[in-house]
Amino acid sequence: MSEFSVINTRAPRLDGPAKATGKAKYADDLSIPGMLHGAILQSPIAHGRILHIDTSRALKLPGVKAVVTAKEAGLIKYGVSPARYDETLYAHDKVRYVGDEIAAVAAVDPATAQEATGLIKVDYEELPAVFDMFEAMKEGAPLIHDEFPGNMNAEVHQEFSDTDGAMAACDLVVDHTFLNKRQDAAFIEPHSCLAVFDSDGRLTLHTSTQVPHYVMRTLAMVLRIPVGNVRVVKPYVGGGFGPKCEATPLEMSAAFLARMTGKPVKMTYSREQVFLHSRARHQFYAEMSLGVMKDGTMVAVRNKAILDGGAYTSFGIATVYYSGSLLGGPYNLKAMKYDGYRVYTNKPACGAQRGHGGVVHRAAFEQLIDLTAEKLGIDPVEIRLKNIMQAGDITVNDLNMSSLGMKECIEAVRDGSDWKNKKGKLPKGKGIGMACGFFVSGAGYPIYRSDTYHSTVVIKMSEDGGTATVLTGSAEIGQGSDTIVAMIAAETLGITLDNVRVVSGDTDLSVDLGAYSSRQTLMTGHATKEAAEQIRTRIAEVLSEEMGCEPSSITFRDGIVMFDGKPGNFEKLRSSYIKEHRGWTDPPTGDYLTFREAARLAYLKGGTMVGTGKYKPPKLGGAYKGAAVGTSPAYGCSAQIVEVSVDMDTGEITIDKMTDAHDCGLAINRTLVEGQMQGSLSMGLGECLFEEVKFDSRGRILNPSLGEYRIPTSLDMPSVKSIIVESREPNGPYGAKEVGEGAIMPTIPAILNALYDATGARINELPVTSERLYLALQKNKTEQNL
Amino acid sequence: MKTIINLIVNDQPVEAAVEPNRTLLQLLREDLGLTGTKHGCGLGDCGACTIIMDGQPVNSCLVLAVQANGREVLTIEGLADNGKLHPIQQAFVDNGAIQCGFCTPGMILSAKALLDENPRPTENEIRTAISGNLCRCTGYQKIVEAVQEAAKSIDGTEVS
Repeated sequence: MSEFSVINTRAPRLDGPAKATGKAKYADDLSIPGMLHGAILQSPIAHGRILHIDTSRALKLPGVKAVVTAKEAGLIKYGVSPARYDETLYAHDKVRYVGDEIAAVAAVDPATAQEATGLIKVDYEELPAVFDMFEAMKEGAPLIHDEFPGNMNAEVHQEFSDTDGAMAACDLVVDHTFLNKRQDAAFIEPHSCLAVFDSDGRLTLHTSTQVPHYVMRTLAMVLRIPVGNVRVVKPYVGGGFGPKCEATPLEMSAAFLARMTGKPVKMTYSREQVFLHSRARHQFYAEMSLGVMKDGTMVAVRNKAILDGGAYTSFGIATVYYSGSLLGGPYNLKAMKYDGYRVYTNKPACGAQRGHGGVVHRAAFEQLIDLTAEKLGIDPVEIRLKNIMQAGDITVNDLNMSSLGMKECIEAVRDGSDWKNKKGKLPKGKGIGMACGFFVSGAGYPIYRSDTYHSTVVIKMSEDGGTATVLTGSAEIGQGSDTIVAMIAAETLGITLDNVRVVSGDTDLSVDLGAYSSRQTLMTGHATKEAAEQIRTRIAEVLSEEMGCEPSSITFRDGIVMFDGKPGNFEKLRSSYIKEHRGWTDPPTGDYLTFREAARLAYLKGGTMVGTGKYKPPKLGGAYKGAAVGTSPAYGCSAQIVEVSVDMDTGEITIDKMTDAHDCGLAINRTLVEGQMQGSLSMGLGECLFEEVKFDSRGRILNPSLGEYRIPTSLDMPSVKSIIVESREPNGPYGAKEVGEGAIMPTIPAILNALYDATGARINELPVTSERLYLALQKNKTEQNL
Repeated sequence: MKTIINLIVNDQPVEAAVEPNRTLLQLLREDLGLTGTKHGCGLGDCGACTIIMDGQPVNSCLVLAVQANGREVLTIEGLADNGKLHPIQQAFVDNGAIQCGFCTPGMILSAKALLDENPRPTENEIRTAISGNLCRCTGYQKIVEAVQEAAKSIDGTEVS
């Protein structure tokens, strides 16, 4: 018999049938009779002083019910991290990018609201703008925020041990630079929300978000109402990937307009506005050096990052820290130095996206390892195996790898891809490449400094004892968190999955920081397990009294109760249950007492049975400045091998095969784990090969659509071999940890290393379009002929 | 100036008065309350609004409501049979082909249009048929597997 009966299986996700039939409601599917529709006026220029705003014509348009600008909304500063609150809901003195919000309108229908935004007259004094991060750092560059000289939004300087000294003692130091492009998360559901104020001044906001908790707090602050008067409810969400991790101007505008008009207000971003709101992957410039000994032992890393932040901070402080801290593993190092700079430019703000802050520097570093291995004549797989950390190792920057199946991942992809028979043996134009990576299983600290629990969960038993309802503020955004908490609850209670219901995504239910930093399986999972254990313990106590046995002799599994592993003498309990529920069509049957009967008994003894659970990580990490970013109770890790074909005449790339292994700790749901792995590969492939948000010379996005901003289609994705590696994580519920973001870490460098293997061209700028690769091939040819 | 149109939606006759610029997507979602058809871009790029019109998968955001006059439309709401999932829906649920679910209705209808025409498609034919339906969550692998399984399941039913 397996150790588990519910978890570690391939149970179909709970919301599958609702989503497959179109019954699942997303924010834009909601409507309330009499609701108004909102629209936002956004700046048409990239940088300018606002001289005057005249809303009178908009207000006179028939059907318009309210217009809100900074004058009505006030100038409360907000943002993601309290250390850098640099946004106001509406621009009042300056606009800082094309798309900066100036006003919002509520009207009887979307067309009228949109028309009214066009009637708001704004006089600007246009200012010189800067769009390139290197230009923005130069002396004399246009200043975007007066408080931040040199457009320097955030600077990080960290050093662990004497890096220069360690480098000097190395046999070989290899340098590399790398540049990616601004990405868009391109979730298929544009942001949408519906705000309702009741007559007591209490706000309910239904919104497409990853973080109901943070949205609640930001709304309370900006609208100046108590947190207890804000309820944020997340319906089904059509993907987030990071940019839905913060309160948006859409949500705040809808709330203001609903308060001003006394009517529900619905607002939805157009696809173009999704691009303008952005908050997706930054552009990073990486400059790094790796020092090694002749035998391939890694010694020291020097790492510099410049990030194009756009006009506001968003998650950017965390991002610029992550670019440094996430190079601490998964290889042993003696010293590491990091200098990071996040720069303001007159473009939409960048924020968090899958693999937050780590993806691009990981791509650069894993290329650097291959460059180094080639110089030393060592196989790329071997140099990695030689240097990887193991469970129990602590990085130079104090991250504790409490479990780490890095070796198993590398061996799994090596053997799963037949690496040994392919590496160095493929014809010109065919290549194979590998890379590794790791990521947090939940940020060790909340975004705002606080002693808050990161997750609390309530489980409530139905009065008949037959159904456990899990109440949680956690955010199902497609990753499957509802199914995971249901499985953990069922396993812990000893009941079957169909006897668990999940109500989630509502700030009235519990505290949960939400779906970011790959935290919910571990953190919400812990809280769920504790709540279920409380109920199980309570039932065992009641049964032990009734049956005259020790609570420790009672076990629950698959919905039945055993006493010392045997049925026990429960006839009296059964007949009283059946007597109580005379006429019911589903009386308990079978040779064992059912959980339902036992839970009913507990209800009769003590009223409605509720279990509560909570989780926050212990104090983690070092004492240096910024030590919090990168800490986590656990780390997932992965290795990937990619095989490519390149048309050497045109530079056209085909990804033939991807082999991916990820250590997610114990896999609660194997199908969902594979889904996260495969989705990560797809997003990484897109960023590597074609995704780039482009701007014209005046800061306007040239490709704000899913036609011109190309993400992978079914024809771009190869067949993927997904291998699950299961270490047992001591800090995770049932040994589980992350998979949602770690799995993207190796994708870009594995492709780039494969392209180098195929062509001999080392690409250090994304995306690797056919044109870019063609030019690199031409350059190589010319150099060879010289 | 509104025009009266008559069409069949999920086997039911529908009569509606629509503005000339109203899209079929708006008619379905806003007038008929069939919100299973999703609005992802409004430009025909993402495929989330895919429905089947007279047997062909189309982006309903690119079809004017007046163009649907006299046509037969199938949306995701019309696929299950008295609460029993269609084999493609069932295969999507069983194979983990659904994550956020926003592309799912369109994806399933593109798959249905394919299997109606070509009951035994190759992997490449499946990938081609759904290439107009963007999915950012799954990497398409499990979707392709689900369509393969649905094909087998439908094929098996018809043989027996």
